[in-house]
Amino acid sequence: MSDLKRVVPAVIAAFCLTAGVAMAGTLADVKGKGFVQAGVNGDLFGFGKPDEKGVWKGLDVDTARAVAAAIFGDANKVKFTPLTAKTRFTALQSGEVDVLTRNATKTLSRDTDLGLNFVQVNYYDGQGFLIPKKLGVKSAKELDGATVCVLPGTTTEQNVADYFRVNKMKMKPVVIENTAELSKAFFAGRCDCLTSDASQLAGIRAVAPNPSDYVILPQIISKEPLAPAVRHGDDQWMDIVNYSVLAMIEAEELGITSKNVDEMMKSTDPQVQRFLGVTPGNGKALGLDENWAYNIIKQVGNYGEVFERNVGVNTPLMIERGLNGLWTNGGLMYSPPFK
Amino acid sequence: MEKSLPKHTAENLRPPLTNIGIIGWMKANLFNGWFNSALTLLVTYMLWLLVPPLISWAFINSSWLPSGDQCQAGGGACWSVVTANIRFIIFGFYPHELQWRPLVAMIILIALLFYSQNRSHWRKSLFYAWTLGLFVMGVLLRGGVLGFRGVESNLWGGLPLTLLLSVFGLTAAYPVGVLLALGRQSKLPIIKSFSVVYIELIRGVPLISLLFMSSVVFPLFLPEGLVINKILRAQIAIILFTAAYIAEVVRGGLQGVGKGQYEAADSLGLNYFQTMRLIILPQALKIVIPPSVSILISAFKDTSLVVIIALYDLLKTTQTTLSDPKWMGYSAEAYIFVALIYFVCCFAMSNYSRRLERELDTSL
Repeated sequence: MSDLKRVVPAVIAAFCLTAGVAMAGTLADVKGKGFVQAGVNGDLFGFGKPDEKGVWKGLDVDTARAVAAAIFGDANKVKFTPLTAKTRFTALQSGEVDVLTRNATKTLSRDTDLGLNFVQVNYYDGQGFLIPKKLGVKSAKELDGATVCVLPGTTTEQNVADYFRVNKMKMKPVVIENTAELSKAFFAGRCDCLTSDASQLAGIRAVAPNPSDYVILPQIISKEPLAPAVRHGDDQWMDIVNYSVLAMIEAEELGITSKNVDEMMKSTDPQVQRFLGVTPGNGKALGLDENWAYNIIKQVGNYGEVFERNVGVNTPLMIERGLNGLWTNGGLMYSPPFK
Repeated sequence: MEKSLPKHTAENLRPPLTNIGIIGWMKANLFNGWFNSALTLLVTYMLWLLVPPLISWAFINSSWLPSGDQCQAGGGACWSVVTANIRFIIFGFYPHELQWRPLVAMIILIALLFYSQNRSHWRKSLFYAWTLGLFVMGVLLRGGVLGFRGVESNLWGGLPLTLLLSVFGLTAAYPVGVLLALGRQSKLPIIKSFSVVYIELIRGVPLISLLFMSSVVFPLFLPEGLVINKILRAQIAIILFTAAYIAEVVRGGLQGVGKGQYEAADSLGLNYFQTMRLIILPQALKIVIPPSVSILISAFKDTSLVVIIALYDLLKTTQTTLSDPKWMGYSAEAYIFVALIYFVCCFAMSNYSRRLERELDTSL
């Protein structure tokens, strides 16, 4: 099995190398067909999921919309392909999607072996634990001998096994295929704790029969920087996707929101003028219109707005900014200067 | 002189009350012996434990319309997970304001299927009706002509997609399967070995891996930029898969037809195609109605496997609905709803096959 795991990406990478020659100019292709094809998650509330009317919602979805706004000046010129964890990378490699915004963790092997390039992280996640209060546990290190509810297949299962082994603790995993069933089993008392990405824990806790009976432990046992990805071999396209994400972060730092962006066009601050294209230069460098950043902020919003709208404290996920705050507020979101 | 016979002759006596009516039936069927009596009591007790709570959960304490949070207070079944999301569950991503189009298409399809049930309707006009119906359904789903707004196939989902994959999958797979079965019986070595290799190869692989091949591996072999419709790829995988199974069932039927029939056809001077069309296949296909319907039913249910390549069929749209924190706790209700839809379709198929068997029964 482990052999297979090594061989398959190599074969795929070989395909991509040959394919890479043929496909220079994703931007031209995208402009030619008139829309961006984005690969997203279909079932992850807050990141990528259709609502009751079939309209896509989520942080990753909005990231893809930002790319469309930058290129076409219209955030709706994007089509979404829902992808599973297994099909996501091949869909990008084979050219079925132009950009992958599907809560994919940036790792060394994916960034190299798989023939992908990850751009600016749009969400810093990590794996945590949800436990019933009555267990009286204050730290994940006290979970020796616990039964752990966990989703199969993803890195989550491996992380928790590693964590218990490193801390010389025993665990009994209870593996259940999807989040809804997993949380049901946990609330029915089938396991002592539930482990998942921290971004999901608050949402799972919210559906408990009595949410105040459960707490999320402070320990985060893994790093999961989630970032959009593009194929190797097209630097211009990578720059566009990268700076579309960064523009949302920079706008928040500059205090530009979707509401005040029109007033900000009159700002005398040279940073703001350069950012919004009043002082030209950035657009030309990227091969886009000078008002590309204006379009992103006007139609999609800055990073803070997108965050609060999809996963923030007023959504069912109830996530604090934390690591995803601006660097000026103690978070990790930091954009290089736009000049 | 005439003296009427006494009224109470033995023949006129009504049987004792305990032997007729409900009591009699119960005595004869439920309490005939200590073992059966004990079983009856046990089953009654279990029903008593199960049914009232089920009814109160499903109907009395259930909520049908309010939002998710009110459901938790109700304590019973929360059918609002279905009612609030019904349009997404049934139609998937199809644009909200255009959803009447797939609805009409489905009604046409069901009407056509219903009408075709009766064998006396199997005339040329039915063929024209299907051609016209399919054309209208295509126009409705796809749009782009006659003033209908175009809707790309990647937005198709839910029940129309399930029906599309299964109806076309099954109708296309059946003739292919029959051809393969004939090919396997053939005396021409190339046709025979092709059929054998095909059938064994496809049957040796699970449907999931065929779907994966079609959605993950296949595109890597295509030139950059050439993308074949995902639904079409899945549809072809389903047809290829089902055809192999049908072929083996039909081969069983072909072998079940007596050798005398082949010889009789030969002695009448019929050629191969006439023999097959007029004598062998009508008998062989009749014999294999029950197993082929089993295959069709399981193929119908197998279409839900397209979930793994992220096509939004009925099951996938339901799962997507359940991933919303608002509805996460109500998977039982949603799955019961989907199960009902699947059951109705499968039950209709098996019912029809039994009717067909009865009608075609020549007691040979």
